Amino acid sequence: MRKLLLATAALIVLAAMPALAPAQEKSVKIGFISTFSGPTAVIGNDMRNAFELALDHIGRKMGGLPVEVIYENDEIRPDVGRQKTEKLIQSDRVNFVVGYIWSNVLLASLKPVVDSQTFLISANAGPHQIAGKLCSPFFFSTSWQNDQTPQAMGLYMNQKGVKTLYLIGPNYAAGKDMLGGVASTYKGKIVGEDLTRWPDQLDFSTELTKVRNTNPEAVFVFYPGAAGVQFLNQYAQSGLRGKIPLYTAFTIDSLSLPLQKELALGVPGAQQWVNDLPNDANKKFVADFRARHKTYPSFYGAQSYDAVNLINSAVTAVNGNLADKDGLRNAMRKADYASVRGPYKYGNNHFPIQNFYLQDVVKDPEGNLTLKTVSTIVENSQDRYAKACPMKW
Amino acid sequence: MLLFIEQCLNGLQLGLLLFLVAAGLTLIFGIMDMVNLAHGSLYMIGAYFAATFVAWTGSFVAGAVLAVGATLLVGMLLEVIAIRPLYGRDHLDQVLGTFGLILFFNELVRIVWGPAGLRVPLPDWLKTSVPILPGLQYPTYRIAIIVTALAVALFLYILVMRTRLGMLIRAGASNREMAGALGVNIKLLYTLVFGLGAALAGLAGLMQAPILTVQIGMGENILILAFVIIIIGGIGSIRGAFVAALLVGLIDTIGRAFLPDLLRLFLSYRTASAVTPAISSMMIYLVMAIVLVVRPQGLFQVSGK
Repeated sequence: MRKLLLATAALIVLAAMPALAPAQEKSVKIGFISTFSGPTAVIGNDMRNAFELALDHIGRKMGGLPVEVIYENDEIRPDVGRQKTEKLIQSDRVNFVVGYIWSNVLLASLKPVVDSQTFLISANAGPHQIAGKLCSPFFFSTSWQNDQTPQAMGLYMNQKGVKTLYLIGPNYAAGKDMLGGVASTYKGKIVGEDLTRWPDQLDFSTELTKVRNTNPEAVFVFYPGAAGVQFLNQYAQSGLRGKIPLYTAFTIDSLSLPLQKELALGVPGAQQWVNDLPNDANKKFVADFRARHKTYPSFYGAQSYDAVNLINSAVTAVNGNLADKDGLRNAMRKADYASVRGPYKYGNNHFPIQNFYLQDVVKDPEGNLTLKTVSTIVENSQDRYAKACPMKW
Repeated sequence: MLLFIEQCLNGLQLGLLLFLVAAGLTLIFGIMDMVNLAHGSLYMIGAYFAATFVAWTGSFVAGAVLAVGATLLVGMLLEVIAIRPLYGRDHLDQVLGTFGLILFFNELVRIVWGPAGLRVPLPDWLKTSVPILPGLQYPTYRIAIIVTALAVALFLYILVMRTRLGMLIRAGASNREMAGALGVNIKLLYTLVFGLGAALAGLAGLMQAPILTVQIGMGENILILAFVIIIIGGIGSIRGAFVAALLVGLIDTIGRAFLPDLLRLFLSYRTASAVTPAISSMMIYLVMAIVLVVRPQGLFQVSGK
């Protein structure tokens, strides 16, 4: 009898739940997925810091509704990322899922989000599949498509007249995109290419020996996070530093610089955002971030900061009516907010059409190493998969 | 040819580092019948100690010596406090207990040294590369690793085969009840062996430190390889660990070095680069599987087991 009563009670509660849900939303719920443990926790923390700063800048309200954020750790593992994403969708019932450093984690997590018609804002990863065939009306990026940044680097190496090039990167979704991106714009000859085990291979002696024997004019490398520190270290120890110039994407940033130190001097990188871009939104972001955390924000942080403002622009446009998904989407497509990279437009696949800059490592007045914009490599670059995306608007 | 020699040196260097970790593991497993998953944590602790002591003394060599000594002490302390109660227990209990130690050490390191990771700077004389054959430059530091590890291997051989302590260790490995009955202080012997294993792991960790970033969880990847090595080499056998470590180091390196060119004969350029890491790491486990089928006791069996 007691069991029966319990079961009946449970059924009544279950039946009542959908009736409660559509009632007017009391808050904007945002789920944030990033890496908060292990050696890459520094990236996740930087993203969270920038995200929190952006929320404080808008008074932690969007369209009159208070904002609630739930942070989840993906442990750099696609399976964990997907589980946490499903938890955010099914039990927390968030309105937006934001974050994702790693392309393989994002690819594993995309389907549960877009199938539930929840918006996913990638604040970093941009795998080519989502820019092309898997593009979705519920996906937006505040970063880039993976190929774009190395494509800019390829163009820069053409300008520098590099004739032979060796490519090295990690063997996962983004690594393959990055090397493919360079190869698509670089005009010289690619004389060697290595993809290394990810994320556990950290000794690159085998690959560096091959580089030395191939003797290319330059090496292009993509190693995000701590692996970038190890690569530069070993490049110097192998005696290649100063002999064969390095060109990079996402290998030197404000989080890895304190560990790379002087080894990063003179190694160029491409980026869509640099901390010294002279627009007002960026000046405010960098100054307040530095005041609060005593360090420079990274591009990961800048993209997370933009994600808050993109969502805010959409929620404000629909006056807090989060059920109006078409209204939210149409508002986000305008990218009508003060991005810290400066104004940009969205392509049909919801990836930014934006400028890419050449950045270099310099010392700031206090003697800390930081990144500086040198020049614009390419203006209004759109990724090369947009045509494969069937979405039109 | 020069390329092949250089890649063999890379493999040798990797193999010797793995040997240092595997030697301690095989001693502890073989003699004390103790599955120690926390061995990788001692490798990590060695690296963190090195980072601290090198910064503190300003000298790489002095910092390294202090770090090995400190790891030895941590190992002995750990044995007395946490490992000793696990001896009589089932292997599963030991796995659970030492897995808990991994979590404990990772969190401890996060509290003491922070989550960001540290770098161990090398002195200038180790930063360069030297010619070892006409036309073949090799990083000085990697040569230093090879020489140090070979010296340690020789020291271990002499210690285990030629000294009284080594005789007791071997006696404990063959039959610990009998050794105990003959009046050997097994408790003290175990503490010493555990400390020695910890110091070897710490040495491996600190020698890797300048090449890699010192970071939380750095011991976990190498621990799996070390277990593969002691299974191939035969549990409890130092000689087996030496041979198997070199085998694993060479297979891994040579695979990564030459497989892409081989695969590019019949696969597209990008596909070949993408499957290489998978195949070369698979080969190690393939070797282990073959050894387990053909010689389940490992290449070198410890007598009396």
